[in-house]
Order: sequence, then C-alpha cells, then structure tokens
Amino acid sequence: MKESTPNLDALTKPFDRRGFLKRSVAAMGASAMSLSGTLASSGREDLGGTVIDTNAYLGVFPYRDLPLGTPFGETGPMERFGEAMAERSLSTWVASFEGLLARDYDQANERLAAMVTSSPEAERQFQAFGALNPKVPGWRETLRRLHNDFRMRGIRLYPGYHGYSLDDPDFASLIEAAAERNLIVQIVVRMEDVRTHPPALSIPDVDPRPLLELLPQIPGVRLQLLNAMRSLSDTLLLARLSILGVRFDIAMLEGMSGIARMMERVPEIQLCYGSYAPFFYPESSALKIEESAPDLDSRNLAAIRSHHAENLLLR
Amino acid sequence: MIWDLHTHLTRSLHGQTPAEKAAHLIEVGSRHGIEKFCCYMGVQWTQDPDPEDLTRQNDEILEAVEAHPDQLLGFVYVNPLQLEASIDEIHRCVRDGPMVAVKLWVAKRCSDREIDPIVETAAKLGVAVFQHTWIKSTGNLPGESSPEDLARLATRFPETSFVCGHAGGNWEIGIPSVRDHPNISLGLGGFDPTAGVTEMAVRELGAERVLFGSDAPGRSFASQLAKVTGAQISEADKSLILGKNLQKLLNPAMKARGLSS
Repeated sequence: MKESTPNLDALTKPFDRRGFLKRSVAAMGASAMSLSGTLASSGREDLGGTVIDTNAYLGVFPYRDLPLGTPFGETGPMERFGEAMAERSLSTWVASFEGLLARDYDQANERLAAMVTSSPEAERQFQAFGALNPKVPGWRETLRRLHNDFRMRGIRLYPGYHGYSLDDPDFASLIEAAAERNLIVQIVVRMEDVRTHPPALSIPDVDPRPLLELLPQIPGVRLQLLNAMRSLSDTLLLARLSILGVRFDIAMLEGMSGIARMMERVPEIQLCYGSYAPFFYPESSALKIEESAPDLDSRNLAAIRSHHAENLLLR
Repeated sequence: MIWDLHTHLTRSLHGQTPAEKAAHLIEVGSRHGIEKFCCYMGVQWTQDPDPEDLTRQNDEILEAVEAHPDQLLGFVYVNPLQLEASIDEIHRCVRDGPMVAVKLWVAKRCSDREIDPIVETAAKLGVAVFQHTWIKSTGNLPGESSPEDLARLATRFPETSFVCGHAGGNWEIGIPSVRDHPNISLGLGGFDPTAGVTEMAVRELGAERVLFGSDAPGRSFASQLAKVTGAQISEADKSLILGKNLQKLLNPAMKARGLSS
C-alpha cells in the first residue's frame, strides 16, 4: 500500500480544530460528554485528527427530517453540522442533497459553494463536490463552472436518480472531461435501502459493471463509488474494480467487524472513510472503525482513515 | 450498561460450534462495552422450520447460553405454522429451561388469530414476545408481519409485553403504528442508521419503550449503537435505551430462572 504525506492544501489550511471542538463540546452539553466518557471506557479514541470523510452532504433531504440537516441560508444548523464533522474528521467532502432532484445544477452548485464558504470554519472543514447530469445539454459548462468558478475538487453523480446507466456514452464523455480537469468523480450507488424508498421514488441501485470496460480507456480518472457496500457483494467484481483503482467508502459497509472482514475477502479493496452524514448518524462509521480496529493492522487503518482519500486528491 | 436485544449465531461468526460462535460475538460486542446479548434462531435459519428444525435451532442457542451464561440470554424460536411443536418448545426452553422470551419471525403474520395459542403460552409464563416486523417498499414476504399486524396482536393481549423488531424498517410508518399500544416496545436493530429514528421514537413513544439492538453479526454493532449514541436525546434517555429498558423487560423472567442481571 502506497503511503503518502498529507501535504495538500486541502489538509494544511490553517485550522482552529481546538476552537471548533471547544464550541462543539459546549453545544453538545454535559450529557453527551458523559456518554463520551462511557465510550472512552470501552477503548474509544479521538478519530478526528486523522480522518478524511469522503461522503457527507449539506442541505435538506427531500423527504426526511434529518436532525443535522443544513437548510440553505441558516447559520445555526450549518455551524452545528460543521462541529459534528470536525469532531470526527479533518476534512469532509460534501455534496448537496439538492443535486438529487434539482433540474438547475448550476444554481444547486452555486448554493453549495456559498455554504462551504459561509464561514472560515466551514471553509476549512468542507470540500465541495458539485452535481451535474450528463443527460442535460450544457453539462460541459456546468462542469467548467463548478471547477473554475467554484473551485470544487470533484463531482458527485447520481445515475439512479438522473436516469442513465454507466454504459451510457454521455457518462463516458463526462468521466473523460472530469479526468482532463483532474477532478475526482464520485458515483452514488444508492442513497438508501431499496426497502425503504417512498413508493413514488423507487430508485434501483446503480450497476457498476460497465466501469470494468470503461475505466481502462480513460487514463487518469479518479473514481470512488459511494454507498456501494451494501448492494455489491460480488467478491470478484469488487476485486476487479479495485485493481482498476476504484475506491469505495465504509458508510454502508455492514456486518460485525465488517471492515476487517471485507479486507479479508477482498485484500485489494481500497476503502475510504465515509460517514454519509447527516443521512446516517455520523457516529456510525467512527464506531465501525473502532469495531474493526483490533482486526486490522495500523497501515490499513491509516489507509482507510485518510491515505486512500489523500491519494485520490494527489493522483 | 449496554444490553443488546438482537443478535444471532450465524455462519459468518468464527468457530465451529454455537458456543465458539457466541464467543466471537461476545468478543467483538465487548469492544463497545456490551454486556448482555439476546440471541435467537440457530446457525442456519429457516423461515418455516419443521418441528425437528425448531428443536435443532433452539438446541444451538441452549448450547451457547450454557457456555456463556453471564453474557447470553436466549429467546425461544417458534413457528405459528407448527403450533403444537412451538408450544412444546416454549415449555422445554422457557418453562423448563433458561430462555427468557419468545421469538417470532416470518412464517405467519402475527395479526392472524391462529397465532394466539403461542402468545397465550408466553403470557402464562410471563415472558415477552419479540416479533420481527418490516414494511418493505419492495413487498413483504407472505408471512412477514408489519408493525400494524403487531398492534392488532397486542390489542388482543394487553397484559403481554411485545417487541416490534426492526421498528418496521420504514420507521416513520412503524413508530406511529405501535404508538397507541403501551405494551409494545420498539427494537432499533437491523436497519440502516438513518438519522432521526431514535429522536422520533422517543418523541412518539417515550424513551421507556425504545430498545437498543444490533442484529449482529449481519449488522455491525457500530452502526446500530450509533442510532442511540448519535441521537439528539438526553443522556438519561440514552441510558434507558441502551440497557435499562431491556433489563426491566427481561428481569422477571431472568429472576425466575436464577439469572443474574
């Protein structure tokens, strides 16, 4: 496994972590601290300083009232979410829930850019990933704007919600254009368990198999599949995708000591930390790391916490 | 104090025997400070077990409980399509054995009155009934109960304690389905850690009716614990949900069997 040093501007911006955490602790109150004490007694540790969270969201989910959701323009929720993320990660890659169903991606991306620059703390914590749809004419201009105007590090795509499959030629063109711009491409395999979709919004999981043919044709592409680990169980497919450089995240990786067991099954797999907050409780992935930690060596742990994500930024 | 309402001894666990598999479950659960693990169904499950299979599955739990009496609490697995055998199993494992509650899965919807002899038997022994529930957008199994099915059953047995397993999966529908039935507690285990579930459960049912469970090893302890530790509720409510409520629910049956809590 290639080790790297986190000397990227995304990770070295001046960051008043102590100040952020101090405010966070005050906001959480004594009750939460008491619980933290309980957890500490079972071997917990602070994860925040070394983690890059590659899977989080800003904004409001269309049909769930999420306790840590961040309505556009409201500073209180944004600060609360920022504190929650800073407690568990040094850097958090965020997209906007708006990207799921919006028709005007430029507006959605502009609002996302405004949110991540709404305060110095937010600017230090969050890396924005824009939304776009290769089936919408003019997507190249949307890509240009999110990269050049909003300085976004990557794009987060929702093929299931936007109505295309990964063997679509327009998708291939988008991946190629993103690679030329050195942007990270995240593809969301699912937003939630197919068993809990509202009846009017039943979205099948994205099938990643076309990537096996596509990726060798696009050198330099930097790609991560998000929320893939609950629906992708084919060990061979996971291995082949991993060999092609595809990263995954742990938000939907389930099972007791699931991270360690996945690495036993697919040693090639490159798992990144992802909380899927605020849709999921942010504690979930932090506790998963701790649950699997005794079964993992320190190099693998460091890779999951940050190195795989850093390598995505560096490539 | 953390007590887990919902675990199994399935094949993915290390070890060959149920006792060895339980040791693996306990070892990983203890990383989070979990002290007690309610455990049910065998190493290999069947949705409509015949009498012989029921006995096999319950024997596997009995073996594990015998090996780990301070950590494991067994629930007897029964099948409403095998009434006589199910009642015999309740007598064997609960009345005459160490198990402390009854587990119903997906053989028959629990709103059906044919299930009543099982609940009557549990009621006579003063033990709770755990019913798996889901409301699947993709469609339930023919015998799979919803929280609404459980609400009907609980109406017929107002003195018996029930647990609504999985909170119905679609918890925004599951929680109001059982709201008016104080003899139903809500099990939080076995579905994604979607934020807001515990807050809604506490708001609508009261913290006293909400129980932490993991559904490990199919689920991580981590994701399921996060539903409680990450919820925007009071520390006192978290403490109830993580263990005190379950202790209170099972305490009479445990005391009767000389089990320490």
